[in-house]
Amino acid sequence: MDQLAILQVGLKHFLFLAAVLFSLGTYTVLTRRNAVGVLIGVELVLNAANINLVAFSYYVTGTLGGHVFALFVIVIAAAEAAIALAIVLAIFQNFKTIDATKIDVMRN
Amino acid sequence: MSPVADVFEVIRLSDQVWFLFATLAGVGAAGAAFSKNLVYSAFALLAALFGVAALFAWLSADYLAITQLIVYVGGILVLFLFAVMLTNRITEVEGSNPVVGAQPAAVVSLGVFGMLAYVAVSTDWKTLPVTSRFETTAPLGDLLLSTYLLPFEILSVVILGSLVGAVVMARKEMKD
Repeated sequence: MDQLAILQVGLKHFLFLAAVLFSLGTYTVLTRRNAVGVLIGVELVLNAANINLVAFSYYVTGTLGGHVFALFVIVIAAAEAAIALAIVLAIFQNFKTIDATKIDVMRN
Repeated sequence: MSPVADVFEVIRLSDQVWFLFATLAGVGAAGAAFSKNLVYSAFALLAALFGVAALFAWLSADYLAITQLIVYVGGILVLFLFAVMLTNRITEVEGSNPVVGAQPAAVVSLGVFGMLAYVAVSTDWKTLPVTSRFETTAPLGDLLLSTYLLPFEILSVVILGSLVGAVVMARKEMKD
């Protein structure tokens, strides 16, 4: 039965899943040239953080502080997505592209 | 009895549900990270967010699960799809999500993953004995209006300001 202990879901499972989501999010942020693709990666990173907050709240503290912070993170993510997509649309109107490597008028 | 059926006898039903939704979240995140098509990427993000919402419900954070569904899936994801549609001509959606610098990024993210996973698995976390599902929605409302009242109010001002700012930035310039 000992080798089946890994199949009993606990805090470590949540932390491992959050690590998977976080690293996939950083990979997305680092590799995308499309600005909307970068934002998708940011959302993955924020969700990984939220999983950790709620899992620690459930397994370690037993209080709801983590839930409150996760709620705040969701609201900040909504504000961030709205602002960032507005910037993306404004950039598209000016440059006719949202390729992050081509928006370099301030270079030099 | 076959070994596979044996394993399913051993895992509790709630843990089977956990693995189902964790797989959904992980596969969705992988799809969002690796898809060459921005629209597929956005829909894979939908799967990942849905899986995370289900895991919130698994942790008896039912209010957060519903908030995740309404705000993320109903709001942010639709915003993403609007941005995709407004900034790509429909014919260009194929290959709309080009990848640059995959190897260094893979090294960095694998390093981050290795560190996080090592810490998560090797640390001896002081966990509480899991008793039963505890009620969260009503105490969460009490907390937001007592202990966390000031951050809550500041946050409402922040989101109002950012949404007004988003509208101002995204509209077309008025020619006078």
